Amino acid sequence: MARMKFLCDSERCIECNGCVTACKNANETEWGIQRRRVVTLDDGEIGKEVSISVACMHCSDAPCMAVCPTDCFYPTEDGLILHNKDACIGCGYCLYACPFGAPQFPKQGAFGARGKMDKCTFCAGGPEEDPVLEEQKYGANRLREGKLPLCAEMCSTKALLAGDATEVADIFRERVVYRGHRNNAWSSVEHEAAESEQLAKNAADLAYDATQSV
Amino acid sequence: MARYQSVRDIKAWLILLLVVLMALPATVLAQQGADARREAFQSMPGTQPDFWRDAVQGVSGRTQSNSPGADTLIMVEGERWREIRNQWISPGGAIALGGSLLAITLFYLLVGKVKLEHPRTGRKIERWTRWDRTIHWFVASLFIILAITGLSILYAKWFLMPILPTSVWAAWMTAAKNIHNYLGPLFGLGVLAMIIKWLKHNFFNMTDFKWFLKGGGIVGKGHPSAGYLNGGEKVWFWMIVFVGLTVVISGLVLDFPNFGQTRETMQLFLIIHAGSSLLLMAAAFGHIYIGTLGTEGAFEGMKTGYVDESWAKQHHDLWYDAVKNKTKS
Ligand code: HEM
Ligand code: SF4
Ligand code: SF4
Ligand code: SF4
Repeated sequence: MARMKFLCDSERCIECNGCVTACKNANETEWGIQRRRVVTLDDGEIGKEVSISVACMHCSDAPCMAVCPTDCFYPTEDGLILHNKDACIGCGYCLYACPFGAPQFPKQGAFGARGKMDKCTFCAGGPEEDPVLEEQKYGANRLREGKLPLCAEMCSTKALLAGDATEVADIFRERVVYRGHRNNAWSSVEHEAAESEQLAKNAADLAYDATQSV
Repeated sequence: MARYQSVRDIKAWLILLLVVLMALPATVLAQQGADARREAFQSMPGTQPDFWRDAVQGVSGRTQSNSPGADTLIMVEGERWREIRNQWISPGGAIALGGSLLAITLFYLLVGKVKLEHPRTGRKIERWTRWDRTIHWFVASLFIILAITGLSILYAKWFLMPILPTSVWAAWMTAAKNIHNYLGPLFGLGVLAMIIKWLKHNFFNMTDFKWFLKGGGIVGKGHPSAGYLNGGEKVWFWMIVFVGLTVVISGLVLDFPNFGQTRETMQLFLIIHAGSSLLLMAAAFGHIYIGTLGTEGAFEGMKTGYVDESWAKQHHDLWYDAVKNKTKS
C-alpha cells in the first residue's frame, strides 16, 4: 500500500504561491478557505530567507482525529487523513490541536458558528458516493483519476513533491546528492561541504522513515 | 409502597453509575503521543539545522493566508493541549463524576435517607418565594441541559457513536453543540440573578462554624443548629459563585471566537471550561442527592415553596424560631 506524503524542498521554494492558487482552482474551496499556504521565515534577510509550502501533512498519529468530538476523521488506505463533513459540528478543536494550522473554517461567528471544517484532502475527495456532491463538498478527487495533487503538479520549481513517500524521498535524496557540489543544481543557499553531508544524511533517514511508516 | 419506591430509586442510581463507569475505561485507553516533529521533518527535509530549530519551537514568518495563526509554521502548543484534554481532563472528569456517584450510592446504602424525626404537623411555612423557585429551576434545568450536551462533546464519541447510525449521530452532535452554545449565555444570566438574589443569606457566621464542627449532623447524634441556610448549603452557593462563574466566563470566551482569540487562548479556556464544569457537575450530584433522595421533605420546599414545620424545626431551627417570633409579634 502506498503511503502518501508531501515533501517541500525549502531550498527550491520561491514563494510564488502557485501551489496555493492551484489548490484553490482544483478544489474551488469556499470563500476565505485556503487549504495550502506558503510561510516565509526571515523574510528579506539575504542568505537566510526560506519559504515552505504547508497544508495538511496527513499525520500518522493525527492530533485532529484524536480530539474531534464527533470522531469524523478517518485514515485511508493511502495513509491520508480525510473527514466527513456531515458529522462535523465546527467546534474548531481540530484547528486547536493541529500543529500545522491546516483545518480551515468558512466563518468565525458568534455562538461558535464556524461552519464545516475544510482542509487539504491530498486531492482525494471525501466520503460521498455521488461524484458531483463529492466535488462540491470536498473538491477534486484527482487520486481516483490516477493523478497527483494539483499543488505539487503545478509547482514551477518542483519544490513541492507529493506522492508515494518512498518515491518522493528517493527523488529528494538524489537531488541532495547532486546538490552536494558547490554551484550545482537549484540551491539558493550555498552549503559548506559538511552541511551537504548532513542534508544527504537527513534525506537518507527520511527515505528510511518513509518506508517504515504505515 | 415506600419500600418499592426506594428499590426503584436505588436501581436508577445504579444504572447511572454503571453508565458513567463504563465510559471510563474507554477514555483512559492508552493514546500514543503525537509526533508533529517527525511529521514535519519528513515533509521538510531540505531545511538547515538552525532553521529547523526555529521551526520546531514555533517560529512565525510571513504568509499571504489570513486564517488565524497562519504565519506560524508549527504550533507546538497543540500537542500539549491534546495531551491535557485527552489524557487528563477526559479520564479525570470520568473519575470525578463516577467517584461522586459511587460515594453518594455508598452513602445512601450505608446511612440512608435522613427522615423526619417528628411526624408532619400539617402546618406549612413559606421557604422559597415564586421568584426564588423560578430562578432555581431556570438555572437547574439549563445546568442539566448544558451538562448533557457538554458531556456529549467530551465523551459521546466513546459510547454513543458506536451504537448510532452516522446520520443520527451527526444530527445529535450538531444539536448538542448548538443547544450548548446558544443556551450557555442564558445560564450565565440565571447564575447572576441567583447570586444577586441569594447573596444576603450566604455569609458565613459562627453558627455555620459549629455546624461544620458537628459534621452537619450527618455523623453522630443530634442536629446542629442552622439558620435559613446551613453551612453546607452556603458552601454550594459559593461554589456556584466561584466555579460557576469560571464556567460561565470561560464558556463565553469559547462561545464568541469572533473577537480574534488565538488558538492558544482557546486551548487554555477549553481546559478551564472543561475542568471547572466537570468539578461543578461532580458537586451537583451531591446537591441533587441531598435535595431529593437524601432528605425527606426537602424537595417539596423547592417545588411548592412551602415546608412542613417539623422539617423546618429539624433542619433549620434558628430560622424556624425567627419565623415563629415574627408571626407572633
Ligand atoms: C455560560 C455558560 C456556558 C457557555 C457559554 C458554554 C460554552 C461552551 C462552548 C463554546 C464549548 C465548546 C464547544 C463548542 O464550541 O462546540 C463548551 C464545551 C463544554 N461545556 Fe460549556 N458552556 C457553558 C456552560 C456549561 C455548563 C454549565 C457545563 C456543565 C454543566 C458545561 C460543560 C461543557 C463541557 C463538558 C464541554 C466540553 C469541553 C471539551 O470537550 O473539552 N458548559 N461550552
Ligand atoms: S489536519 Fe493537522 S493534525 Fe490533522 S492530519 Fe492534517 S496536519 Fe495532521
Ligand atoms: S471542527 Fe469538525 S472536524 Fe474539526 S474537531 Fe470539530 S467536529 Fe471534528
Ligand atoms: S493536495 Fe490538493 S487539496 Fe491538498 S493542498 Fe494540494 S491541491 Fe490542495
